[in-house]
Amino acid sequence: MKRLPALKDASRERRLFTHRVLFAALTMGVLVSLIVARLFFLQVINHDHFTTLSHDNRLKILPLPPPRGLIYSRDGSLLAENRPSFSLTVVPENVTNMDGALHELRSMLNLADDDIEQFKKQLKFARRFESVTLKGDLTPEELATFSVNRFRFPGFNIEAGLARHYPHGEAFAHVIGYVGRISESDLANIEQSNYAATTHIGKMGVEKSREQVLHGRVGYQKVEVNAQGRILRVVERTPPVPGSDIYLTLDAGLQDEAIAALDNYRGAIVVLDPNTGAILAFVSKPAYDPNAFVNGISRSMYQSLSTSPNRPLFNRALQGQYPPGSTVKPLVALAGLQYGVRTADQATWCPGWYTLPNEPHQYRDWLRTGHGNMNLKFSIAHSCDVYYYTLAHDLGIRRLHEMLAKFGLGAITGVDIPGEAGGLLPSPDWKKRARKQPWYPGETLIAGIGQGYMLATPLQLAYATAIVATRGEAMIPHFLGEIEHPVTDETQSPDVYRRPHVDLANTKYWDAAIDGMDEVVNGATGTAHKSGIGAPVRFAGKTGTAQVYGIAQGEKAKTTGVPEHLQDHALFISFAPVDAPQIAIAVVVEHGGGGSRTAAPIARRLIDYYFKDAHAGQDAPAGTDANAAPSTAGIGNEGHAHDAATDAAHGDHGTAAAPATTPDTPAADGAAPSAPAAVPLEPDYD
Amino acid sequence: MIRTPSLLYRLHIDAPLLGGVLVMAALGLVVLYSAADQSIDVVIKQAMRIALGLTCMIAIAQVPPRRLARWAPVLYVIGTLLLVLVLAIGQGRGATRWLDFGVIRFQPSEIMKLAVPLTVAGFMAEKVLPPQMRTTIAALVMVLLPAGLIIDQPDLGTAILVATSGLFVLFFGGISWSFMRNCLLLGIAAAPFGWFSMHEYQRQRVMTLIDPSQDPLGTGYHIIQASIAVGSGGVYGKGWLNGTQSHLEFIPERATDFIFAVYCEEFGLIGVVILLLAYTLILARGMRIAMEAQEMFGRLTAASLTMTLFIYIFVNMGMVSGALPVVGVPLPMVSYGGTSFVTILTSFGILMSIHTHRKFISET
Repeated sequence: MKRLPALKDASRERRLFTHRVLFAALTMGVLVSLIVARLFFLQVINHDHFTTLSHDNRLKILPLPPPRGLIYSRDGSLLAENRPSFSLTVVPENVTNMDGALHELRSMLNLADDDIEQFKKQLKFARRFESVTLKGDLTPEELATFSVNRFRFPGFNIEAGLARHYPHGEAFAHVIGYVGRISESDLANIEQSNYAATTHIGKMGVEKSREQVLHGRVGYQKVEVNAQGRILRVVERTPPVPGSDIYLTLDAGLQDEAIAALDNYRGAIVVLDPNTGAILAFVSKPAYDPNAFVNGISRSMYQSLSTSPNRPLFNRALQGQYPPGSTVKPLVALAGLQYGVRTADQATWCPGWYTLPNEPHQYRDWLRTGHGNMNLKFSIAHSCDVYYYTLAHDLGIRRLHEMLAKFGLGAITGVDIPGEAGGLLPSPDWKKRARKQPWYPGETLIAGIGQGYMLATPLQLAYATAIVATRGEAMIPHFLGEIEHPVTDETQSPDVYRRPHVDLANTKYWDAAIDGMDEVVNGATGTAHKSGIGAPVRFAGKTGTAQVYGIAQGEKAKTTGVPEHLQDHALFISFAPVDAPQIAIAVVVEHGGGGSRTAAPIARRLIDYYFKDAHAGQDAPAGTDANAAPSTAGIGNEGHAHDAATDAAHGDHGTAAAPATTPDTPAADGAAPSAPAAVPLEPDYD
Repeated sequence: MIRTPSLLYRLHIDAPLLGGVLVMAALGLVVLYSAADQSIDVVIKQAMRIALGLTCMIAIAQVPPRRLARWAPVLYVIGTLLLVLVLAIGQGRGATRWLDFGVIRFQPSEIMKLAVPLTVAGFMAEKVLPPQMRTTIAALVMVLLPAGLIIDQPDLGTAILVATSGLFVLFFGGISWSFMRNCLLLGIAAAPFGWFSMHEYQRQRVMTLIDPSQDPLGTGYHIIQASIAVGSGGVYGKGWLNGTQSHLEFIPERATDFIFAVYCEEFGLIGVVILLLAYTLILARGMRIAMEAQEMFGRLTAASLTMTLFIYIFVNMGMVSGALPVVGVPLPMVSYGGTSFVTILTSFGILMSIHTHRKFISET
C-alpha cells in the first residue's frame, strides 16, 4: 500500500468525517432498535408475567386467627374462656436507648436475665419496624406499673391478645383438658392452612376431642407491603369464622360438690344420667391447674406435677384401672339368672368359706363366721362372697366373661375425650394370649367377686351401673351437650349415643338385681344402710372394697409397708331414684378403706345435693319414706356395725398385714382374697 | 443565503439544544418527583443543580473553540494528576473516587470525561487525517492512561465511558477499519486476562447479567426488580405516581441509576418511545453541529461528545432493562445527581460554542 503524503486535505477529511458520522448514526439507530426491542419484549410480550410478579411482590396474604369457641357447663357456667392477655412488645426502630430501657424495665417487671437474653436473640432476627415481645402475660400490677411509666419508654407498647383461661382451675381440668402451643406432632394432624394464624391447639380432654368445633375457620387479610415487608395498607379482608361454643353435659354445681365430697382423698367420681349417657360430674383428685399449661409450663413445675406421688396429672376417672371388687356382684347375679344357673330365691349356704371340689384350699368370705343361707337379694345386700364363689364356679369363666362384657367391662366406653383406658375383663383366651398361662378354676372364683385380674375404670363402673339402672339401656357416656354457633346462635345437639339394648331372657331378672342393690342401701342389714338413712330419694347401690393392686404405687407400698398405702380402695356404685333413675354414680376412693365407710357417704352427699339442694322443689319420688323406718329401727343393729368395721377389710385378704383386727370385725363389703400372688394360702391351682 | 444571527445565537446559545435540555430536565424532574417519594425538596435540590449546569453550559459556550483546544491539554494534565492524587488519598464508599477539598467534593474522573475527548481532538485535528500509525498510537496512549488510572480506583463504568469518549475521537478522526478490527481481535484475545484482573464484584456483575436468578437477593435482585418494574409497566404504564415497584421500594437506586425503571413502570412503552424521540432529537442536533463545524477540532469534539451522550443513554437503558451489566451510569438529564448533569450540560456548552463561533466568510 502506498503511503499517503503527510498533507492535510480538507475535502478528503470532510468526506471521511461525513462517512464516519453516517456510520455512527447507523450504529446508534441499530442500538436504539435493540433497546426498543428489549423493552418490547419486557413490556409487551412478557407484560402479564411481570404484572404477576409485581403483584406477588407487593401483596401478601396475612392469616387472621379465629377466636376459639367457649366451653360452658350445662347450666351455663363458663368453663373455658378467652381472656385478654397483655404483653409488652418493642418496635426496635422507635427505641432510642435499648440497653438503658431494658435495664430500667428489668426491676420494674421482674425480668430475668434469661428473658432479656431470649429477647435480644429475637431482636437480631426481627425487622426494625416489627414488634418483638419482651414479656407476655403481664400481671395487672406489671401492667399498671408500666402504664404509669410508659412515657419514659418510647417504642415499648402494651399489646392485647386473647389467651385461653380456665376460670375454675383444677375443678374441670380432667374433663376440659387444656390448650397448648402447637407442636411439631400436632402439625401432622391438622389442616395447616386453617391453623396459619393459630398458636394454640387442644392438647387434652374436651379441648382436644372437640378441637375442630372449637377452632373455627381462619380469616385472611390481603395487605400491601413494601420491599422491606412493612405493611402499608389492607387491600382486602376475609374475617375469620369463630369457633363454636360448646355446652357440656356437666353440672357445675354437682362437680363442685363431688370435689368437696372427696375431701382430701385421692380418687374419682363419675355421675351420669343413665337415660342419656350425659356425664353430670367427672372428678379425678388430685387435679392440676390447666392454666399453667396454656403458655408453656415451666420445667420445674411440670417435674413436680409429674413426679408427685399423688399423680395429679393422672386422670383417675378415665384411666385409673381399679379392681371393681364387690361392685360386680349384681352383674354376676344377673349372669346366674340369665344362664339359668340360679333363681332369685334359690339359697346358697355360706359357712364363711368355700372350697373347690377336690381341692383343700379354702376361699374365705369376708365374714369369717359366714352369712348362713343367702338368696340372691341378700347376697348382694350383704355382699356374701361364698354365694358368688359358688355362682362363678357354676357359671364358668366363659359365661361370666360374656355377661360382664355386655355391661362394658373390659372395653372402653367410647366417651368423647381422649385417653380412655379399657380396664381388663379376664378370660382364658386373654390369659393364654397375654400371660401364656392356662386359666385356673380358682381364678374364676375370685373373678366372681371382682378381684384377681379384673380391672375397671370409674367411668366403666358408672356406665355398667347405668345399664342396670335403666334395665338394659346402654347409653354411651359423653360430655358434649350442645354446640352453639357464635354468629348465628344456631344450636346443634350431637347424635344420640346409643348402643344395643342389653336384653335378658326375663325382665324380672333386672328387678331381682335391683332389689338386691336397693336392699344394700335401704335394707336394715345392707352394707350401705347408714348412707341411706334420711336420703331425699330412695336410691340403690353396691359397695365394694378393692385390694390395692395394679395401681401406681401398689407394689412399692406393699414393700415399704406404709399403712395408709396398704389400705384398700373404697368403691360404691349407685343410682337414684330406684324407681325412675335419674343419676348413676360411681365413686372410687383410693386407700379409702371400706366402700360402705368412705365411698357410700360420698355418693349419698351427691344424691342429697342433686335431689335436694340443687333441684329443690322438683318431684321427689315416692320411695323416699321407705328409708325412714329402718333408719330409726336400725340403730345398734348389724347395719351399724358395718361402719365400725373400718379398716378391717384388708385383713380378709389373707395377707398378714393386720391380723389383729381381723377376726371379729366384719368388713362391710366383702373384700376378699384377690390376686393369687398376694394370697399365700392359694399356691397351687390346677 | 443571508443569515441574521438571532439574540440567542449572539449569546452563543443554540436554541434547539437548549430546548431539548429544558424539555429533558422538566421530564426528569417529573419522574424524579415520583421516584423520590414525592419529595418536593429533592426536586428543588435537583432544579438548583440544573440551574448550575445551565450556567456552566452558557459560560462555556462563550469560550471560542480554539481557546478550548488550547486549554484542554492543561485540564487533561491537571485531571491526570488529580487521578493520581485520588489513588493516594481519595475518599469514598468502598471505592476511592472522590476528592474532598473541604468545600467541594468531586470526582476527578468527571473532569476527564471532557478533558480526554477535547485534548485528543485538539491533538488529532493538527495531524493529517486519516491519522498515521504514530499519531494513532500517541492518541491511544492519551486515552488509555487516564482510563487506566480510573479503573484502578476502581470504577470500571466511568473508565469505559472516559475511554470511549476518547476512542470516538479516533474513530471520527478516521483511523482505519483494519486497525479497529485488529484492536478488537486483540481485545478478545486479552479478554481472559481481563477477566482475571477484574475485581470480584465486577465479575459478579457479569455473572449476574448472564443469570440474574443465580443471586436473587444480591446483585441479581436489582436486575430482577427492575425488569419486573419495566415489564409490569406494559404499553401504557401504571400512571404517574402509581408505580408499585418504585413506591414500595422494590427498585433499588430508583432516583439515580435506576430511574429509568420507574419511568418505564409509570409511563410504559409509549413513554419510553417519547423519551427516546426526545433524546434522538438532541443527538441529531449534536451530530448536525458536528457536521456543520468548520474546523476539524470542532467536528471531532462535537461528534465524540454526542456519541458519548448516546453511550450513556444506551448503557443506562441496557442496564435497567437487563440487557447489559449493572454499571453505575446515570440516565442523562433524568437521574438525580449534580455531577453528571453538570458534566453533560458543560459538554452541551462546548457544542454550542462550536456551533456559534463559526465564521461566515462568504455567502455561497
